[in-house]
Amino acid sequence: MLDLINVDYSTQIPNNVDLASDRQLLRALEKWHPGYIDWWKAMGPDGFQEQLVYLRTAVSVDPKGWAKFGYVKMPEYRWGILLAPQEEGRKVNFGQHMGEPAWQEIPGEYRAMLRRLVVIQGDTEPASVEQQRHLGKTAPSLYDMRNLFQVNVEEGRHLWAMVYLLHKYFGRDGREEADELLVRRSGDKDKPRMLGAFNEETPDWLSFFMFTFFTDRDGKMQLESLAQSGFDPLSRTCRFMLTEEAHHMFVGETGVGRTIQRTCEAMKAAGIEDPNDIARIRALGVIDLPTVQKKLNVHYPLTLDLFGAEISTNSANFYNAGLKGRFQETKIDDDHRLTNSTYPVLKMVDGKIAKVDEPALTALNMRLRDDYTEDCAKGVERWNKIIEKEGINFRLDLPHVAFNRRIGEFRNINATPAGILLSDTDWAKVRDDYLPSSSDGDFIASLMKPAYEPGQYASWIAPPRIGIDSKSGDFEYVKIAA
Amino acid sequence: MAQAVSDVLKQHLIDPEVCIRCNTCEETCPVDAITHDNNNYVVDASKCNFCLDCISPCPTGSIDNWRVVNAAYSVDEQYSWSELPVQQDIAVQSANDETGEALDEEAAALIASAHQGTGGKPIAPASSAKPSVNLFNRGRPALAIVTGNYRLTAENGDNDVRHIILDFGDTRFPVLEGQSIGILPPGVDAQGQPHRMRLYSIASPRHGERPNTNNLALTVKREPHGVCSNYVCDLKKGDKVQVAGPFGATFLMPNDSAANIVMICTGTGSAPFRGFTEWRRRMTPDAVGRMVLFFGARRPEDLPYFGPLQKVPDSLLAKFFAYSRVPDAPKIYVQDRMREQADMLAPLMQSDKTHIYVCGLRGMEQGVDAALDDICRGSGVKWSELRERMRGDGRYHVETY
Repeated sequence: MLDLINVDYSTQIPNNVDLASDRQLLRALEKWHPGYIDWWKAMGPDGFQEQLVYLRTAVSVDPKGWAKFGYVKMPEYRWGILLAPQEEGRKVNFGQHMGEPAWQEIPGEYRAMLRRLVVIQGDTEPASVEQQRHLGKTAPSLYDMRNLFQVNVEEGRHLWAMVYLLHKYFGRDGREEADELLVRRSGDKDKPRMLGAFNEETPDWLSFFMFTFFTDRDGKMQLESLAQSGFDPLSRTCRFMLTEEAHHMFVGETGVGRTIQRTCEAMKAAGIEDPNDIARIRALGVIDLPTVQKKLNVHYPLTLDLFGAEISTNSANFYNAGLKGRFQETKIDDDHRLTNSTYPVLKMVDGKIAKVDEPALTALNMRLRDDYTEDCAKGVERWNKIIEKEGINFRLDLPHVAFNRRIGEFRNINATPAGILLSDTDWAKVRDDYLPSSSDGDFIASLMKPAYEPGQYASWIAPPRIGIDSKSGDFEYVKIAA
Repeated sequence: MAQAVSDVLKQHLIDPEVCIRCNTCEETCPVDAITHDNNNYVVDASKCNFCLDCISPCPTGSIDNWRVVNAAYSVDEQYSWSELPVQQDIAVQSANDETGEALDEEAAALIASAHQGTGGKPIAPASSAKPSVNLFNRGRPALAIVTGNYRLTAENGDNDVRHIILDFGDTRFPVLEGQSIGILPPGVDAQGQPHRMRLYSIASPRHGERPNTNNLALTVKREPHGVCSNYVCDLKKGDKVQVAGPFGATFLMPNDSAANIVMICTGTGSAPFRGFTEWRRRMTPDAVGRMVLFFGARRPEDLPYFGPLQKVPDSLLAKFFAYSRVPDAPKIYVQDRMREQADMLAPLMQSDKTHIYVCGLRGMEQGVDAALDDICRGSGVKWSELRERMRGDGRYHVETY
């Protein structure tokens, strides 16, 4: 049992930051830890806190030590503080300080800016746990339930990672920010999470898979560009977090893929060729492909909003200061200062969508967003391969960036997924062709029945091709009865 | 016609149907053997050194694919795939390829011999953790420092059995209970060859003698004229030892806390069971699965861990000791104690949650086998069939030497 009074923090928190010898930091984290456990119990997975879950725990950052599998009760999960190994002689690789040795302490003039970056990143981690807390009750299998909980505990670990930085490098205001991270709540009217997409509900499992595919991929892009940071502890923290983020995208990509797989198989077995024969397809207890497209049309634009405004002086300042780079900055062949270059950005010009060359520095959000879109498109193509292989005539597509937006240039216009502008009246007529209607939502909700027997899968999803940790699909990933 | 194994190559491949292109493997590979194009992530066979660093970080399992080939698939061939090619009909004769216990031939032969008594191909329990094997070998050993060497048997006992603690410092040496390590004693034999490697079972749980210490314990008996055992038993605190391994991928404990674990051992065969018991005590002390230990020695004075074992509560571990050389007392062996406990063992054996482990001196498995046969017959079950089923499920394990 976890004994909060007598916890040996130096062994309870796996870490490679020599926590045991930093008494002050250890004391600060000791004060924060009980609040975290309270938050986890109140806002973490609803139910299932006493069940044994087959989880992966990182106990060190090297390939041999960071994926140790075993059964554990979630509140007893060992959330560690793990930074990727320090690179000898690492430099600031972009911006006005390019070529200087990477900072081990925060330059005073960048303190506020950096704190903001860390807090925003940190706020998303507990938020997604809160958004997903009810899903265990409708898990389509023990395998999926385990994957959900793995994502949840790792988001919890990512919160730890950010809290470590706040405590270690930002003094009193860092500690206050760390406390605030446990106070805000996803979707709360008075104290919401900081970013819009993290206050939306995750009502069903298809939404969860779409979220982990699209929104966790934004996480990957943000972490990758923070991993370029000249502030070395932030870079090392994010580099290790990226390894875990890969699992979350795996859950999303294969979750949607298995949903599609099952739909195609059921259609073929019933002799249905037309993917738009929605009533007959739904009668098979599977999610029709046009509805999958509609869900995609919700999550992709919502995630594009997370990249912020097209033109941003903040992002220029972050870059100039050497705090946040571009995706795979060191692999790009240019001057890494961007003082004279431009970048093409889609904007509204005279009532039309047009490409405009903007100074590359202020267009950094767009560059990252374009890299993100390219990454998403590859995943969507792999979904299309599944449909193609099953011989169904249907394609999933990413909608145009102007479609269904709340932030930036296109927030006040109506565009179709193909990027055609519509008046408000015309949009109202076709809205339900592109976005889920309440009856679509009701249908998906009606399928969300738990499947808790090992090896059992809900009607609407195919079993995985291979299990986690080389286990079979009928392995008892969560011990419901234990 | 099957070809000789020496002509073929075991090639590491990535399953393009499962891979999600997260780039983790490429980031991880220390020799840049992994690369990608717009279609696939691939492994360059001319660069891959089988370090296996990429295996555990892969979120999908697509990385863990192998084909035995006459000539390696080129990088360009792999780029063009939309699925993995089927395994060509090439016979693989090496025992280590079958079980993955060790890639090191010297260690693989020792383990294959120790597991002979299993009566078929040994299979790991379904819920065991995935072991790391062969991270260090004779060519590239890990260096451990001795931090403890204690006598486990009474001073007046017939045997000198010792508890040795090896610390790995900054070197990652991940182990699981039931795995072994190879000790490489210094020096050469009369023929000028390096002394043979000896394998010893790990006697501590996976995260160390105390939680999160990067060390492990061994239980070693001093053998008359034994080069390695005398070397190990004479080690002093601070001495440096060359270690190979870890080895073993089947004699592992189930992680499932509902699993019943029946452990039967003599002498230093108790080593893995100390690890099993300690891991369960630390992680799931209120586990519903039972742990039962049958432990044989000549006399109480010769029984390793006799004192500490008395302190383990019966609720965690039911203990049955058998002594074969107590003056003026009948000779009792582990199989006799098992027969006495037939009423307890018979229902346990029929549960598909039950795992049986036998560890000790070569030959003990025969007596144990006969006792299990008798116990099963009493409840109308055919042991030979049950044993085969248990072995196939990864629930019957023998390691004797």
